[in-house]
Amino acid sequence: MEIAHHPPTATGLNNRKLGFWIFIGSETLFFGSLISTYMVYKSASVAGPYPHEVLNIPITSISTFVLLTSSLAMVLALHAVQQGNRNGTLIWLMATAVCGLIFLGFQVYEFTHFVHEGLTIKSNVFGSSFFVLTGFHGVHVSVGVLWLLSLWILTLLGKIGKENALNVEIAGLYWHFVDVVWIVIFTLIYLIP
Amino acid sequence: MTDSTASSKAESAGVRSAAVELYTDPRGFGATIWSWITTVDHKRIGIMYGAAALFFLLIGGVEALVMRIQLAVPQNDFVDAETFNQMFTMHGTTMIFLVAMPMAVAFFNYIVPLQIGARDVAFPRLNALSFWVFMFGGLYLNSSFLFNAAPNASWVGYANLTSTQFSPGPNVDFWVIGLSIVGVSSLIGAINFITTIINLRAPSLTLMRLPLFTWMTFVTSWILVTAIPVIAVALIFLAADRFFATNFFVPTAGGDPVLWQHLFWIFGHPEVYILVLPSFGIMSEVVATFSRKPLFGYPIVVYAGILIGFIGWGVWSHHMFTTGLGPIADSFFVASTMIIAIPTGVKIFNWLATMWGGSISFTSAMLFGIGLLAIFTIGGLSGIMHASAPVDLQQHDSYFVVAHFHYTIVGGAMTGLFAGFYLWFPKVTGRLMSETLGKLHFWTFIIGFNLTFFPMHFAGLFGMPRRVFTYPAELNVAGYNMASTIGAFIFGLSSLIFLWNLWRSAFRGAPAGTNPWNAGTLEWATSSPPPHYNFAEIPEVKSRDPLWSSKFRVETKPLSHDEEPIMPSPSFWPILTAFGISLTWILVMTRIWWVPLIGLAVTAICVYSWAFQPEFRQARQEQG
Repeated sequence: MEIAHHPPTATGLNNRKLGFWIFIGSETLFFGSLISTYMVYKSASVAGPYPHEVLNIPITSISTFVLLTSSLAMVLALHAVQQGNRNGTLIWLMATAVCGLIFLGFQVYEFTHFVHEGLTIKSNVFGSSFFVLTGFHGVHVSVGVLWLLSLWILTLLGKIGKENALNVEIAGLYWHFVDVVWIVIFTLIYLIP
Repeated sequence: MTDSTASSKAESAGVRSAAVELYTDPRGFGATIWSWITTVDHKRIGIMYGAAALFFLLIGGVEALVMRIQLAVPQNDFVDAETFNQMFTMHGTTMIFLVAMPMAVAFFNYIVPLQIGARDVAFPRLNALSFWVFMFGGLYLNSSFLFNAAPNASWVGYANLTSTQFSPGPNVDFWVIGLSIVGVSSLIGAINFITTIINLRAPSLTLMRLPLFTWMTFVTSWILVTAIPVIAVALIFLAADRFFATNFFVPTAGGDPVLWQHLFWIFGHPEVYILVLPSFGIMSEVVATFSRKPLFGYPIVVYAGILIGFIGWGVWSHHMFTTGLGPIADSFFVASTMIIAIPTGVKIFNWLATMWGGSISFTSAMLFGIGLLAIFTIGGLSGIMHASAPVDLQQHDSYFVVAHFHYTIVGGAMTGLFAGFYLWFPKVTGRLMSETLGKLHFWTFIIGFNLTFFPMHFAGLFGMPRRVFTYPAELNVAGYNMASTIGAFIFGLSSLIFLWNLWRSAFRGAPAGTNPWNAGTLEWATSSPPPHYNFAEIPEVKSRDPLWSSKFRVETKPLSHDEEPIMPSPSFWPILTAFGISLTWILVMTRIWWVPLIGLAVTAICVYSWAFQPEFRQARQEQG
């Protein structure tokens, strides 16, 4: 009896991996539109606070560094799971998720600080476009953290190993993409005056 | 095709049992309904998309007729201005997002896996999710009528008419949320079809052997994947403005309403090609099949389709010539718009060249194909007219534009989709559609359509504006409008004939057999309707029209139960996940930031349950 479980694909690429790459392609247009709007609106506000008054480059540099480090941890987690190294997988998946959580902590701090400075989503077009853009990035990081923690539990239960390392690989694709988007956001929004 | 009548009766009974066996559950009515709700079979999902699109076609058609009655005579008071606003908004939104797109997706679903020799799509459960999200979004959008709050700011929803200040009621809320839900569905579907076409092709079926319909599905899906996120961002901005008091489109706070126009049309113009390219694909199949010739210049038609997909991204501001973008921007978009006419024209000449010297049979499908050539070309020509910015300044927002885009969208997209129904109905049901009713449909359609929309060119040039609920007698357009109204009713009648033909032929049509048209593509190699696993054995495809090459053979003998390949198991998580996604969006209407989190929690529970439900439960049981 033929089992259509994992039929060989025409290209040899796994369906889920290919589909996920296409989804990432779609996401680039999503963030591209959000970032473009921010670039158009950052100096269009008719009332303060203005970007240079609130954006804190040193603090955000730290959170950016933490997030970029998490990509390294992600690579090590994938390597470990592909080697069948369960402990390594557990350590590095957790490290990636914790880095993500630290980044989110910085973002929560930044948002509350801005609100104290008088910048809310309603204040001006800078506030609207800033919070919607970075907010959606934060939602993406949160989804990623939940995903990584789910994989961590599955690994702990012994349900993820060498044979289905693809699950970790696809989560990794997502995680690296979210990081890359942050590099663009950090450069265009924080570094460029 | 010339079977004796004695055997055709027996064959007819055989066809009924095949279709009944395929589409019903032996355990009864409730089990049948449940089997459709939980189905992950691309063929059933395709049928549901088609049925839903026809249902919304009736709603959108009634909305159009209400408008035409109101406009039949000057200073009419059949409906008031507010109702008229709701009618044209819902007519446009419905016809584009709930009729033309899902009707094309119905064919993507049913036909593409058959054309590439696959057993299903790459992600069968995501496919079901895509349908249910669409269905919930469409029903939600139309539920606004129950609250007497149908969207009323036109299908383009220009800022800042859609702001809370100028549209305080829930009308625009329904619109922005409804479109967001439907957009999720399109995105999921497009990712699924790209993966399917890249990865699930039969052995030796290279890209340049793919049937044209599959090619155009591929291009359309790429456009969707890239265009949907842009409209998603625009809708998110609008929703944020309305529900959370942001300033994206508030001029007094520095917001720019023109940003909406850019985001909307960066999506909106590729959307035009999303509507029309599937029909171009169907057209290529129809012309080749009924001229008994391989498509003329196959690679050129493929490349022209790809080129349309690319250039379609660089023409959006031709919708905005009157916005005042300046001469340099205008010149660029004039040029790009004229350039995109070239690949479109190439396709038209290739279809003509295919017909040239062919042995043409004028079936209903072919008549609609020829109808597409004629009507779409008229729409293309008026399009080239207002590709020129100075000309557009005269025609913008007049009935001339209404005439133009109905000639392209109805003439290009809908006519091709009708041809698709006549072409593939026998494959889906195992029965032929009535040619008599089909020809009646065609001629009432052609007469009704042209009588409705051709006079609109003149009404527009004489100064009749779009989206206005009445007009003075002094404008001298009453005659054109009366003609349009009469035409609209003939057009409506033609659609009823079509629906009757579908219904009647599904039960009483002549048996079709495997390949009633002697067509060349792979979907005609398997029985009609195909078994749930599509092909007994996956064929090897060594040419573009495999069924026309004499050496081609595919096993169509039905397999015994033990021989059947194991297919993905039914699942109710897609419909529940779709409910969760829709609920999340709908709860945004409460304007309390944490309430949508309830919907999000439902979605999360469903997604986790889905992830832990094996795709092939039957296989697991039998193995373990």
